[in-house]
Amino acid sequence: MNNKKYWQNFGDLTQSERFQEDSKKEFKEELELLPLEDLESKGLLDAKTPRRDFLKYLGFSTAAAALAASCEMPVRKAVPYLHRPDDLIPGVPNYYASTYVNGGDAISVVVKQRDGRPIKIEGNELSTITRGGTNAQSQASVLDLYDPIRLRHPLQKSGNDFKEITSFDAFDKMVGDAIASVAGKPLVLLTSTINSPSTLEIIAAFLAKYPGSRHVQYDAVSYSGMLLANEACYGKRAIPSYRFDKAKTIVSLGADFLGTWLNPVEFSRQYSETKKIKGEKPELSRHIQFESMISMTGGNADDRFLHKPSETGAVALALLAKVGGTVTAPAISDAKLSKGIDLAAAALNATKGSSLVVCSSNDVNIQVIVNAINEAIGAGGNTINWAATSNSRKGIDADMVKLASDISNGSIGGLFVYDCNPVYTYSDGKKLGEAIAKLPLSVSFNLTMDETTEQCKYILPSNHWLESWGDTEPRTGYISVIQPIINPLFKTRAFQTSLLKWSGVSTASASATVVKDSTGKEMPVVAAGIPADEYETYHKNYWLSKLGSTDSWNKALQDGLVEPSSPAIGAGSYNGGNVSAAASKILPKSGAIEVVLYQKVSIGTGAQANNPWLQELPDPITKVTWDNYAMLSPDLAKTLLGIDVARNQREADNYEVHPEKPVLKVTVNGKVLELPALIIPGMQNATIAVAVGYGRESINKDTDKKTNLDRIGRAAYGAGKNAYPFVGFDGTSFIYNAVATAEKTGDTYPLAQTQVHGFTEGRPVVYETNLASFIANPEALLEEPNTERKNLVPDGKTDYVTDATMYPNFSKPGIKWGMSIDLNTCTGCSACIVACTAENNVSVVGKMQVQRAHEMHWLRIDRYFVGDLENPDVLFQPMLCQHCDNAPCENVCPVAATNHSSEGLNQMIYNRCIGTRYCANNCPYKVRRFNWLDFTGADSFANNQEPLRNVDLDEAVFQMNDDLARMVLNPDVTVRSRGVMEKCSFCVQRLQDSKLEAKKQQDPTLVRNVKTACMQACPTDAIFFGNVNDRESEVYKIRNVEQTNRNFYVIEQLHTLPNVSYLAKVRNTDRKVASDEETQEEKLSNEKAEA
Amino acid sequence: MSRYRKIVYKAFTSILFIAFFLSGNNVLAQDGAALFKANCANCHKPDKDYTGPALKGVRAGEPNADWVYKWVANPAGMISTDPHAKMLFAKYGPTVMTAFPQLKKEEIDAILKYADDYTETKAPPPPGESTDAGGDNSLLFGILTLVLAVIAFVLLQVNSNLRKLTDEKEGVHRGEPVPFYRNKTYLMIGVLALFTLAGYFLVNSAIGLGRQKGYQPEQPIYYSHKVHAGVNQISCLYCHGGAQDSKQASIPSVNQCMNCHMAIKEYTGEPILKEDGKMVNGTAEIQKLYSYAGWNPDKKQYNPDNDHDGIPDGARPIEWIKIHNLPDHVYFNHSQHVKVGKQQCQTCHGNIQEMPEVHQFAELSMGWCINCHRETKVDFLNKETGEGNKFYSIYEKFHNDLKNHKMDSVTVESIGGTECQKCHY
Repeated sequence: MNNKKYWQNFGDLTQSERFQEDSKKEFKEELELLPLEDLESKGLLDAKTPRRDFLKYLGFSTAAAALAASCEMPVRKAVPYLHRPDDLIPGVPNYYASTYVNGGDAISVVVKQRDGRPIKIEGNELSTITRGGTNAQSQASVLDLYDPIRLRHPLQKSGNDFKEITSFDAFDKMVGDAIASVAGKPLVLLTSTINSPSTLEIIAAFLAKYPGSRHVQYDAVSYSGMLLANEACYGKRAIPSYRFDKAKTIVSLGADFLGTWLNPVEFSRQYSETKKIKGEKPELSRHIQFESMISMTGGNADDRFLHKPSETGAVALALLAKVGGTVTAPAISDAKLSKGIDLAAAALNATKGSSLVVCSSNDVNIQVIVNAINEAIGAGGNTINWAATSNSRKGIDADMVKLASDISNGSIGGLFVYDCNPVYTYSDGKKLGEAIAKLPLSVSFNLTMDETTEQCKYILPSNHWLESWGDTEPRTGYISVIQPIINPLFKTRAFQTSLLKWSGVSTASASATVVKDSTGKEMPVVAAGIPADEYETYHKNYWLSKLGSTDSWNKALQDGLVEPSSPAIGAGSYNGGNVSAAASKILPKSGAIEVVLYQKVSIGTGAQANNPWLQELPDPITKVTWDNYAMLSPDLAKTLLGIDVARNQREADNYEVHPEKPVLKVTVNGKVLELPALIIPGMQNATIAVAVGYGRESINKDTDKKTNLDRIGRAAYGAGKNAYPFVGFDGTSFIYNAVATAEKTGDTYPLAQTQVHGFTEGRPVVYETNLASFIANPEALLEEPNTERKNLVPDGKTDYVTDATMYPNFSKPGIKWGMSIDLNTCTGCSACIVACTAENNVSVVGKMQVQRAHEMHWLRIDRYFVGDLENPDVLFQPMLCQHCDNAPCENVCPVAATNHSSEGLNQMIYNRCIGTRYCANNCPYKVRRFNWLDFTGADSFANNQEPLRNVDLDEAVFQMNDDLARMVLNPDVTVRSRGVMEKCSFCVQRLQDSKLEAKKQQDPTLVRNVKTACMQACPTDAIFFGNVNDRESEVYKIRNVEQTNRNFYVIEQLHTLPNVSYLAKVRNTDRKVASDEETQEEKLSNEKAEA
Repeated sequence: MSRYRKIVYKAFTSILFIAFFLSGNNVLAQDGAALFKANCANCHKPDKDYTGPALKGVRAGEPNADWVYKWVANPAGMISTDPHAKMLFAKYGPTVMTAFPQLKKEEIDAILKYADDYTETKAPPPPGESTDAGGDNSLLFGILTLVLAVIAFVLLQVNSNLRKLTDEKEGVHRGEPVPFYRNKTYLMIGVLALFTLAGYFLVNSAIGLGRQKGYQPEQPIYYSHKVHAGVNQISCLYCHGGAQDSKQASIPSVNQCMNCHMAIKEYTGEPILKEDGKMVNGTAEIQKLYSYAGWNPDKKQYNPDNDHDGIPDGARPIEWIKIHNLPDHVYFNHSQHVKVGKQQCQTCHGNIQEMPEVHQFAELSMGWCINCHRETKVDFLNKETGEGNKFYSIYEKFHNDLKNHKMDSVTVESIGGTECQKCHY
C-alpha cells in the first residue's frame, strides 16, 4: 500500500474511533419511518400507529392514487406560433454570443436559447481573453434572469412601502420634475465600474446636461490601492493586463487570482497554459503563494508560505530588497517565512523577464513596492502588459468616502444608483442608507429590491444582461458585445435609455456617418418601431459609426466581440515611484489576532447572493455551503475554543462529526460579528478569515421575515453574516484586514459541509510527484497501481481487463465514450459544478438537506490535504460517475434500472428506478444521488411539499419550485421526482445530439466536437472527453500516447474499469512531495513515542 | 402459395417486358410526375384550378410554345410586361408564382406532359389494412375453447358416473357423490380461472393506462389531412418541416397556412362527411382560419395593428389538441427517424392522407417502439459499393462480421437502439 497519507478531515488524519465507526456506516441516516419498536412493546392498538389509522392511511392513499392516476387522460394542447420567426425551429436550440457582466466583470459567452428561452451559458472560444473559459458566477447567472425577486415594474416609495408606476412616461415626468426641483445641487451617478464605451458616452452627456453633477464608480471589493499606486509609478490610473502564460515564476502576495482576484477566468486560462505537461522534459511555471488564509489559489501553489495579514508589506519589502531594490528589509521573525522569501526571490531572479508578482493588498504603498519588484524582475512588457490595460475595476475609495459624507450632510441634490449596493457593501452602510432615504431625489436602477434600493424614492429596474443590448471593454481595445437573448420578462428599461431620456440626447447626433451595407446600399440606422431615444438605437448607431459598415457590425454581433488583430504589448513608463516614501509609510498595526476578509468563488461580493446554485456550491477549500464563517487554524482553535483537533481524537470527533460548530464573537473596531468557527489547516496561526457577500438583510430585518424573503430573496436571506462592516479606511483606500479580538460565546451554529462523508479509507485515489522526480523517472509515479494491476492478473493470463474478473467482457463496437481529467490544471474553481447543475436540471436541496448529506451535485470536487497540518498541500479531484465498464452498481439493482450501454455509458433510468439505493451503497466512488424529496416540483400533487417548508425543506428550495425559476430547466433532460436515484450521465443528451448530427452529415468525425457541460465550462482545459475507439480523438491520444506516465484510474484495483481517467499531479517544487516526507501520521506517532 | 408465386412471377415478367418497350417514354412521364410533386403540387393541380391554374392543356392557351419556359424562369418579371402574364396575375393573384429558373426545358415539358396525360386514379389501398381478420380468429378460438371445455366437463362427468357404475358392480361402496358445483377440485379450478382472468385484465388495463390508440379529438378547426395530403398531395414536410430538422415535427404556424390560403378562399372539393354523417362546410372552416390569422379575405390583407402588439388585430394562435402524446421521460426525435432512419410518416402515423380527422394510429407503447427497433435495418455502409450512411464506417466489428457472414444485417438493435438511454435521459 501507498505510504502517502491523503486526508480530508481531522478524523481521517488521526484515524479516530468515531471516524472509523462512521466510515463503516457511510449513510448517516437514522430515519424513523415506522415506529416499529413501539409496536413490539405495546401491542398493536396502543402503538403510535394503531390499526384504524393504518386503515385510514391505506384508504386515503388508494383513493389519492386512483385520483392521481385517473383513467381520463388530460387533454393536452399544441399551440404553434402565429407567425414563426424565420430563425427558430421549435425544439432546436439557437446559440447567440453575448457578454456576462457583473460589476466590472465581463466574460464573453455564448448563450444557448431553446424555444426563445436562454437556458445555458457557455464560454465564447473566440475571445482571446477568456478563450472559452467561464466561472461559477457566469454559469449561474442564467438563473438570475428567472429570479422571482426581480422587480417587475417601476416603483415609487410611499410611506414604508412602494407603489407601482404604470408607465415609463409617468416615471420620466416624475423624475424630470424632481430633478428640476433640486436644481442647483449636484446630481451624483453612483455605479459599479462601467467599462462600456457607449454607456460612458451617455453618462458624459447626462453629466453635461446637469452641470456640477458627477459620476462615482464604486467597487464592492476595491482595487483602488492598485489604481493609485499605478498612477504614482506609471502616470496612468489603470490596471495593466497580466500575462500569466508568459510567466515562469509567479509570486502571489495574497492574491486569489485563480478564484476571485481581478479577472480570474482570464488568469486561470493563462495559468493553465504554464501547468500543462508536454513532452519528455516538461517545463512548468513555479507558483509561490504568500498568504494569511488558505485560498483556492494557495491550494494550487507549488510552495505556500504563511504570514500575518499585517505583514504583507514586510514580505513585499523583503522581496524587493532581495531582488535588488534599495530598501532595507524589515526583520522577519518567522524562519519558515524568511526561508520562503529567499526561495521566492531566488526563483524570481532566476527567471528575470518572465517572472511576475501580484498582490491583493489595497494599500497604495504596498502596491508601489510591488510595482518596484515587478520592474526589478523585468515584468513590464513581458508578463505585465501596459499597452492594453484592464478596465474591470475603476473605483477610487476616497471618492466614495467623500460621496458618503456629502449624502450625510445633504449637499447632494439627487442620487442615481446603478448596479451597486453601497448600503450593503459600504462599511458604514446603515448610516449611509438612512442618509439616502433623506435625500430629496434618489433613483435606483437595480434589478431587485436590495438594501440600497429600499432606501430610494424612485425605482426603475434595469434589464438583466440577457435582456440587454450593450458593450463592454474589459481590456482596452477588446470589445465584447452584449445582445439580448430574450425580450424583457418584466416592465423594465435599460438604465442607459433612462439617462438618454432624462438628458434629452437625441441619438441622431451620434449617427453622423452614413452606413452602407456590402452592396453599397444605405442602411436605416434606426430600427423600425423603436423610438430614437432608446439605448438600443443609440448603441447600434454608436457601433455602426465606429465599425463603419453593417457587415462588420453583424460580424461583431455574431462573434460577440471585436478584438485587435495583433495584440499590443508594451511596458509602462516607470518613473521609479517613490519607493522609499512608500516603504516608510508601511506601518501596519499588528495584533495578537487579525481578521482578513476574502471573497468566495461562489458568492463573490454578494451581488448574486440570491442565486441558489451559487449558495449551494461548496467552497473549494472548506466545502461549506450556504454560509460564511470564521476560518481559523487548529492552533488558534485550541487557544480560542479549547478544541484540540490535532491531538485529541475525542475533541476532533465532537467538532467534526456534528454540523453544529462553536460560535466565535469577533470584534473589529467595536463592530461585533458572531460567526461559527471553522477549523481548517493551512491558516496562519493568528489569523481569522471571514468571507464577504453574505448576511443580506432588508431594513425590516428584525420585524418581518416575509419582507426579507420577498425583497432580499429566499436563498440570500439567512445565509451567513455581513462582514463588510469590518472594512476599514486608511485615509486613501479601504483596507480588508484588521486587528481583532475574538472569544467563544458558548453557542453553536450549524454549518452544512459536503465533504465530511467522503472518506478515502487510506486508499490511493490521487497520485502526485514533483517535477524533478517526474523528469528523472516518469514511470515511478504510477508504479504502485501498475504493479498491483499486474499482480491481479491470474497466472498464465495477460490481460487485466478481460482476465482479472469473472464477469464477461462486452464489446463496444462503435463508440466508447471516455473522459480524462488533468489534476495538474484543475484549480478547483467549480465552474463545472454549476455548468452541470444548469445542463442537467440538478436540484437545489437547501442547507438543511446538505447537512444530512443529501446534496444532489452530479459532479463534486474532492479536496484532499496532504502532509503538514500547519501548511498542507491541497489537491482537487473532480469526482463524477466513472461509468465503470464493470460497474458495481449495475449488478445490485433488482429492477435493472441502471445498466450498461454498448457505448460504455452507465445508464440510469429514472422511470424504472424503485429507490432501493442498493446501487449507491455499492458504488465505490459515492457519486450516486438519491432524491429524498421532490426538490424541483416534479410531483403530480401541486402543494404536497408545503408541510415540509422550514421543517425539511428550506425556503430556497421553494424558490426553485417557482414557475419563473423553472423556466431555466433544460427541456431535453427529465426532471427527476422523489424516490429515484440519479447521477452523472456524461451529458448523454449532448452525446446523442452529436451522433445525430454526425449521422445526418454522414461524417463520424463530427462526434469529436462534442463537449460535456463540465468540459465546456472549464477555464483551464482540465477536462477532455471523446470517443476512445477513435485513435484521432483527444482522449485516446492523452491516454495512450501523450500522457501514459500520468494516466491512472481511481481505485482501479477493484476492477471497476472506469471510463474516466485522471492525470496525476506534478508539482514544480524542490520539496519532496508527500510520499517521501514524514507524514503527519508518522509525526504524530513519533510525538506520542517521545511523550 | 406456389400458385400465387407463379402469378406474381408472370405479372412481374410481363411488366418488365412492357416496361422494356415503353422505357423511353416512361422515364419521361415518371420524371414529370416526380418533378410535378416536388415543384408544382403545392400550388397546382393537373386537372383543376388551385392556387394556380390547372396544368392540363395549359399550353393551348399560351401565346406560343416557348412562352411557358420564360414564364417559369421569371414569373415576376413577365407580369409587368407580358399581356398573357398580366391576365394570369389578374385571375390568380395576388400571389405571384415562385420562379423555377433551375428547371430545364425538357423538365418543364415533362411536367406539362404529365399533366396532360393525367387521369384521376384512386390511391392504392394502404398497406397493412387486411390484418383485421385477427379479431375474428380469436373469437373462433374462444368458441372452440369453450366447446372443448364443455366437452371435457361432460366427459369428466360421464367418467365419474361410469366409475360409480363399475364401483357398484364390483361392490365397492363409496360415499354419496358430490354434485359438481360443490366439488372442491372444480371450485378450485373455477376460482383459479377467475383470478387468472381478472389478473390478466387488471394488468392489461394497468399497462394501457395513458395509452390512447385511436384517440381522435375534435379540433378547433376541422382540418382534413385527406384533403391536403391526400387529394391535393401536399408533401407532409411542407407543413411539418420540423420532422427533418428537430425532435418535434411541429404543427405549422398560422402564417404557413396562409401561404396557400391567401388564395384558396373556398372549399370546392368533394363533400366532407363527419363520422356522424354531418356535412362539413369546408369554406366555413377556412373562414375560421382567417379569423385566427387576422386576415380580411374581402380586402385581401391582414387587419391593421391598431393595438401595436406586433400582430394583426384579432389574430391569435390556434390551440390544437395534441393527439400523439409521449410521457415526459421519453425522448423522441423526429429528425432521427425521418432524416437518418428514412422512415415514412405513415409508418407511425398510419395513412394520414386518408384521414379526414386524424386519430392516433399506433399504440406508441415502449413494446411497439422496441419491436420496430429490433426489426428495422439501419442504412449500414457497404464498404465495397459505398452505399449507405458513412457514419457507420466506424463499426469495424460489424463490417468484419458481415464480410465473414457472422451476421446478415445490422439492425437498429445491433447499434444499441434498444438500450435504455437512447430514449430515457
